[in-house]
Amino acid sequence: MAAYSVSIGSIRHRFADLKTLLAAASPPRSGDELAGITARSAEERVAARIVLADLPLTTFLEDLVIPYEDDEITRLIVDDRDAGAFGSVAAMTVGELREWLLDDATTGEMIAALARGLMPEMAAAVSKLMRNQDLVLAARKIRVVTAFRNTLGLPGRFSTRLQPNHPRDDALGIAASTVDGILMGAGDAVIGINPVSENVGTTGDLLRLLDDIREGLSIPTQTCVLAHATTTLDLVRRGAPVDLCFQSIAGTEGTNRGFGIDLALLREAQDATMSLTRGTVGQDCMYFETGQGSCLSADSHHGVDQQTLEARAYGVARHFRPLLVNSVVGFIGPEYLYDGKQITRAALEDHFCGKLLGLPMGLDICYTNHAEADGDDMDAALTMTALAGVNFIMGVPGADDVMLGYQSTSFHDALYVRETLSLAPAPEFEQWLTEQGLWRDGKSVEPEGLTLPDRMLALANGHG
Amino acid sequence: MAERDLAKVLSDLTPARLRLGRAGAALPTGAALAFQLDHARARDAVNTALKPDGLADALGRDVIVVRSQAADRKEYLRRPDLGRRLREGDEAMLPTDGCDLAIVIADGLSAAAVHGHAASLALAIIERLGDWRIGPVVAAHQARVAIGDSIGEGMKADLVCVLIGERPGLSSPDSLGAYLTWQPRSGRKDSERNCVSNIRPPHGLSYDDAADTIVRLLKAAQVRQMTGVALKDGEGLIGGSEQ
Repeated sequence: MAAYSVSIGSIRHRFADLKTLLAAASPPRSGDELAGITARSAEERVAARIVLADLPLTTFLEDLVIPYEDDEITRLIVDDRDAGAFGSVAAMTVGELREWLLDDATTGEMIAALARGLMPEMAAAVSKLMRNQDLVLAARKIRVVTAFRNTLGLPGRFSTRLQPNHPRDDALGIAASTVDGILMGAGDAVIGINPVSENVGTTGDLLRLLDDIREGLSIPTQTCVLAHATTTLDLVRRGAPVDLCFQSIAGTEGTNRGFGIDLALLREAQDATMSLTRGTVGQDCMYFETGQGSCLSADSHHGVDQQTLEARAYGVARHFRPLLVNSVVGFIGPEYLYDGKQITRAALEDHFCGKLLGLPMGLDICYTNHAEADGDDMDAALTMTALAGVNFIMGVPGADDVMLGYQSTSFHDALYVRETLSLAPAPEFEQWLTEQGLWRDGKSVEPEGLTLPDRMLALANGHG
Repeated sequence: MAERDLAKVLSDLTPARLRLGRAGAALPTGAALAFQLDHARARDAVNTALKPDGLADALGRDVIVVRSQAADRKEYLRRPDLGRRLREGDEAMLPTDGCDLAIVIADGLSAAAVHGHAASLALAIIERLGDWRIGPVVAAHQARVAIGDSIGEGMKADLVCVLIGERPGLSSPDSLGAYLTWQPRSGRKDSERNCVSNIRPPHGLSYDDAADTIVRLLKAAQVRQMTGVALKDGEGLIGGSEQ
């Protein structure tokens, strides 16, 4: 096994193993502090990065951060890896990989070709050597395009999940938020509800509500109720209109078991959902949410830093070729990501690592009221991740999720990004908005006298 | 439908912030400032210090004041483990003659909720438990739910009821939660508690409704010698998870 040490001046910095080195090299983060695995000084943090930079990528194949025998996610990562795709960078160190990713001559296609050869831990490692602007520059090259009823992730496009949550799952309340979002051009990634109740009956009712609205107005998008995969599986069997199978996932087997899932269940849920073939322009039907800190929260982190564990969750996600993946950055609270700076950094890392591993990354850029963060921090994180080419963000009315009790990005925030960076919704959705009079000359507009809201509410009425 | 009518129709259907209008791509000034005001109130709720003197006055009885091992708010937010543990030595302040119920009032993430509602709710609970031996009320600074385990254990209480400020929402900076634990002792899991949340009249649960539910659960806990997911209230309450 490689020795992880370096002498700087008179001090010899030693790191016991790869996971210790990765944790020490991580930017400061309250979750890693809570786990007691951060660098003991600022200098030690940089020393760890110096060691990491000179480490051959092949080291990651030998020194697994969580043993192969102990964890099915490690087994998936190792067994899924395409050694052939690794060819072009096999001889590089982590530091050389950073420079290769940033090099003008390295195109997005070249990086995409590498994706299946990289282990998530390698992606996490190189991100630790990158400043925020590096994470933007490298991720910006990579496009990951997916499709269901529209095409997401194309260059020049920027999508949103319309998130019309209601504190009592009220059908008309959800419809009202959906109307507001559609009028502001939101919902091309998905119209997706977080239900209060995990009850199969309620979840089915909400699915039918969204499906009736979408079908009634021929909106080229997909709908989802973000229930547990077992609930979705049940609903598929009962003939409910399931477009997408949603599930929260994490980077260790133990955490996933805490979520009530394993890889076999995900395969079963994917097969069932895909068998419905409800997509029109594609059949990518999985929707995953992730987020740094979940493994520590579930007490199943194996002493691995939270950003590396997050990258391992992407190792799970990519196996299922999802339509949508978003990291929820900032919901978990200040004991994992303390302030706006840590939230922004995590958002950029997660987006970069996800894209590098070939995922259609979106982000829920958000904060709770006990975090040291506010709207200004969200603006900075939103602007940088939009520059980095994030596939989609959340669209929540007025940024205030009245069900989950946190602040995410708003319909207005998405308009700000589309305006400042000249980005448009997914092409099929843009076409539909244009036909409805809601999009003109590259801008969201709202003409007088629209009948759309009345038609949407009428479609929702039978569900009250 | 005219815009004004649509805004009214939609806003009547949900508490969400709908039809805020636009200044270009951005929010109109009024809506932008309304959001800032709500966030400011929630932030103030998180950062306000617990004032136990007011509690003693409102309760009309003595209050024992203890602290967690978190030194200040910053440490409290970063180290939930410290907020769950009683400060070394504070156990000595607790009576050890045993009781049926210990009531702990903890700041949690909103001292504003405690100042607004805790005394009234505690009185409503005490009033409904006339024949119970209830220990002196304990107020805990920089505390999370599980601090009630050490306090209840120290007081040899059969049950502990922790009234704690919940994580403030943008439109609910002062929501109080009640967590009930049978045979409190360190190491109890969240699944071994019952929770009544969103106590916040006039917007959330009233004191009487909350106290009725809490007392029903306490009595059921005493009979069945347990709290947690297996102890369900007739109204479908589930075991709580911390804040």
